[in-house]
Amino acid sequence: MGGFPILSVMLAVPLVAAIMCLFLEARQARMVALLATLIDLMLGVVLWANFDIGGAQWQFTERANLFAGFEYALGIDGIALMLIMLSVFLMPICIGASWEAITKRVGEYMAAFLLMEVLMIGVFAAQDLFLFYIFFEAGLIPMYLIIGIWGGQNRIYAAYKFFLYTLLGSVLMLIAMLWMVNEAGTTSIPVLMEYDFAPQAQTWLWLAFFASFAVKMPMWPVHTWLPDAHVQAPTAGSVILAGVLLKLGGYGFIRFSLPMFPDASAEFGWLVWGLSMAAVVLTSLIALVQADMKKLIAYSSVAHMAIVTLGLFAFNVQGLEGAMMVMLGHGLVSGALFLCVGVIYDRLHTREIARYGGLSINMPAYAVLFMLFTMAAVGLPGTSNFVGEFLSLAGVYQANSWVAFVATTGIILGAAYMLYLYRRICFGEQKNADAAALPDLSLREYLLLGPIAAAVLWMGVYPESFLAPMRADIELLDTRLAAAAPEGDAQLVMGEGAPEEEEHTQGEAH
Amino acid sequence: MDLATSLSLIVPEIILAVSGLVLLLLAAWGGDKGARVISVAAAIALGGAFALVAPSVCAGASGPGTVAFGGQFRADAFAGLAKLMIFAAAGAALVVAPRFFERAGVMRAEFPVLVLFATLGMSIMVSAGDLVSLYIGLELNSLAAYVLAAILRDDERSAEAGLKYFVLGALASGILLFGMSLTYGFAGTTNFGGIAVAVSDGLSTGQLFGLTFVLAGLAFKISAAPFHMWTPDVYEGAPTPVTMFFASAPKVAAIALLARVTLEAFGSQDDAWRQIVIFAALLSIVIGALGAIGQQNVKRLLAYSSINNVGFILIGLAAGTVAGASAMMVYLAIYVVMTIGSFVAVLLMRDADGKVEGISDLAGLSTTRPALAWALMALMFSLAGIPPLFGFWGKFVVFQAAVEADLVALAAIGIAASVIGAFYYIKIVKVMFFDEPAGTVTGEGDTPHWALLAICAVLISPLGYLLTGWLGGLADMAAASLAIAF
Repeated sequence: MGGFPILSVMLAVPLVAAIMCLFLEARQARMVALLATLIDLMLGVVLWANFDIGGAQWQFTERANLFAGFEYALGIDGIALMLIMLSVFLMPICIGASWEAITKRVGEYMAAFLLMEVLMIGVFAAQDLFLFYIFFEAGLIPMYLIIGIWGGQNRIYAAYKFFLYTLLGSVLMLIAMLWMVNEAGTTSIPVLMEYDFAPQAQTWLWLAFFASFAVKMPMWPVHTWLPDAHVQAPTAGSVILAGVLLKLGGYGFIRFSLPMFPDASAEFGWLVWGLSMAAVVLTSLIALVQADMKKLIAYSSVAHMAIVTLGLFAFNVQGLEGAMMVMLGHGLVSGALFLCVGVIYDRLHTREIARYGGLSINMPAYAVLFMLFTMAAVGLPGTSNFVGEFLSLAGVYQANSWVAFVATTGIILGAAYMLYLYRRICFGEQKNADAAALPDLSLREYLLLGPIAAAVLWMGVYPESFLAPMRADIELLDTRLAAAAPEGDAQLVMGEGAPEEEEHTQGEAH
Repeated sequence: MDLATSLSLIVPEIILAVSGLVLLLLAAWGGDKGARVISVAAAIALGGAFALVAPSVCAGASGPGTVAFGGQFRADAFAGLAKLMIFAAAGAALVVAPRFFERAGVMRAEFPVLVLFATLGMSIMVSAGDLVSLYIGLELNSLAAYVLAAILRDDERSAEAGLKYFVLGALASGILLFGMSLTYGFAGTTNFGGIAVAVSDGLSTGQLFGLTFVLAGLAFKISAAPFHMWTPDVYEGAPTPVTMFFASAPKVAAIALLARVTLEAFGSQDDAWRQIVIFAALLSIVIGALGAIGQQNVKRLLAYSSINNVGFILIGLAAGTVAGASAMMVYLAIYVVMTIGSFVAVLLMRDADGKVEGISDLAGLSTTRPALAWALMALMFSLAGIPPLFGFWGKFVVFQAAVEADLVALAAIGIAASVIGAFYYIKIVKVMFFDEPAGTVTGEGDTPHWALLAICAVLISPLGYLLTGWLGGLADMAAASLAIAF
């Protein structure tokens, strides 16, 4: 890209727009926000197009010595690229989803969302430990305001819970970071990723980082802020929470915990697995009995994130690739599901499942798209989540077949609660007159759901586009982890495979 | 060291003293009519002193060339940096006070004069190289401060604040004097350098008692727990510009003094005082956080917030290193800005005819007074230490110093306790942004107040991080100029 600071520009565009929005009226603020997020999406596409697959590990690096104690250093690898793409892809959709639903204090709302975008891109692009921390923590402020001002009934409780829970998780990580920098003498993330900390120290450092990432992820049993925050946040807030913010935890594991503390990661693998297995089964069962649509999807997010952590701590390439794919797929699908909930919530102003029914009769287009996303959430082949879930579970199977067995029940339970949800909302009799009278999707809603549907199918049919940029980075991580990886119990032995000519003759015989 | 050199080192103090005396005479004959002119003159005197101190700070003055009057007085970069903060805070108090007192109809000409004398006392405190000059500075500051707290003579709460401050302050001075006499008795000298030599091969029991009592007396002055009880009452009762002054300048002076006593005089015995400092630090953080939760009055809440902040500053002191002292100075600089900003915001909370101080009165401020609400929100998140606001940087450097000094457990406990503090800061944000408007804050603010608030808001915004290199450099030089005996 010849020295053009594209990452800084991607940070600056929404930042400037956010400040402008504060001073604008509702209509103008909406336009400015949409424009800024679309510009960032375009820049994201340029970023992806110019990303040199198989080239240097860190690309688009920028460096400026603006501060004492840490550097303004940006740069991305394939993993960060994919997560930035997810963020910039979902942002215009979030702005669109709030177009009519948000009527009070629109300027401040748009400003908060644009600020979120700045911080999310910053988190994924930061190459300095403390710069990462600043972006990571700063997200609390706009999210607190979004939940607290524009949320539902119980918004204040949810905002407090979200803020304090995640803050408590993160502050210990700061102390660990200070210790690491003191020990290693550098704040650069790429250097720290190759630094070997003493195994004894790794244990404490890993636990401190785990405290933060487990809350952000969120892992069972520290997931309880998520259903509250999700249910109370406005639709777009839920989309950003589920779509991108939950990925911060997974990104943290893959960027910090695994490469920086491989020994401790192996040592605590059982802990992550245990919590993840509990999460997969328990939260899926909890999701099954929810009467509130958003809560159901929130719990399903916890279950999906557990598949991510399982894959990450499988210590092999399939597991890591699968975890990344689940993160991307879940970001799209859960975001889309929250939008689907938002569509009918905007019409009937209730999230209670029992108040709907038979929507496929009066809202056929909605029912089709909702069906697609339901199937994607279940992990149907051909949709994005299938690829990720299959890869992660294959990775987990190599590491421990019993864990894989328990984790796979999550897929079955997932099918149960998602299909049950879909049946109650879209099929059956039209028992509620007001629900039966709802109009079908508007053009705006088509524009919101259409692109996600396309992306979900693309990711399901040709995942190579998404896997290719990440492959080299994941292989690098895998070699870094190889020494510490625990021995798997599956003892897979690859078959020889038939000789090539024989295969052909067999094929012709048919 | 001849007298002329010594006198040249205390020119800023001479300016403050002379202008204070002249203005006092003017006030005595001119009466309250000239109050505004006297305020301006006092501010000019402070500005002059500021300009005289600034070069030595930038040059990192240190060594024997900065010692005046045979070790009684030290004009090094550490004292200089503290003086800059003190003069700036005092100047801010002079800027906001006239409007406030004129509205109450009690603008008195003594006010700027008392601020000058208090500032002079603080200036001597931070430069003290001897227990005696320490005490003179401390008492000069305290006596002026007692009067300032009670300056609204018709207001019962102000009188009560003055009395409480006086009684407890006198008790603290007594404890401090007792400690000083023990130290003198067992070390044979009142000079910090002499004490450092006397204690260099271990503390005797008497010296240890002396140290403990000195620390207890100073803990009163910086309102560190468990000697914090006077703070909420005095902060609530005193007029808001005076509270702003109390919460900023004397804190800087007393903490700088504490650092000098511990690091210079008792620097070789850091194990002896470190446990006391750690205890006071953690207790301050926890009490400051828990005490604030139930408060209904903004000024009381800010009082607890200042106790909480002192706890974090003491963590830097507990590190007992040059980096720790530097971190303290950085934290103090940021703390002064945040404190001034918060109290100016309180001054701007007015209904049609007077001041408003209840937290519930802030309800829905974001819709009725968006600029004030956004500034106050930034200040609250900054005080809570949430990045990207500048308050985070203060906590960051302090904890970094603690971690570098191998006090990881202290840092971990301290930062975990800071989450309790975050609760009440975000409660204020909740009241302003999430609640329905109460419609109490309707009065117009004054231009100087708005200007000061704007300056503070810009400094604590993420733009403040651009200052980190410069501020850190000054603080490093200041800390290096301390004659630390390790």
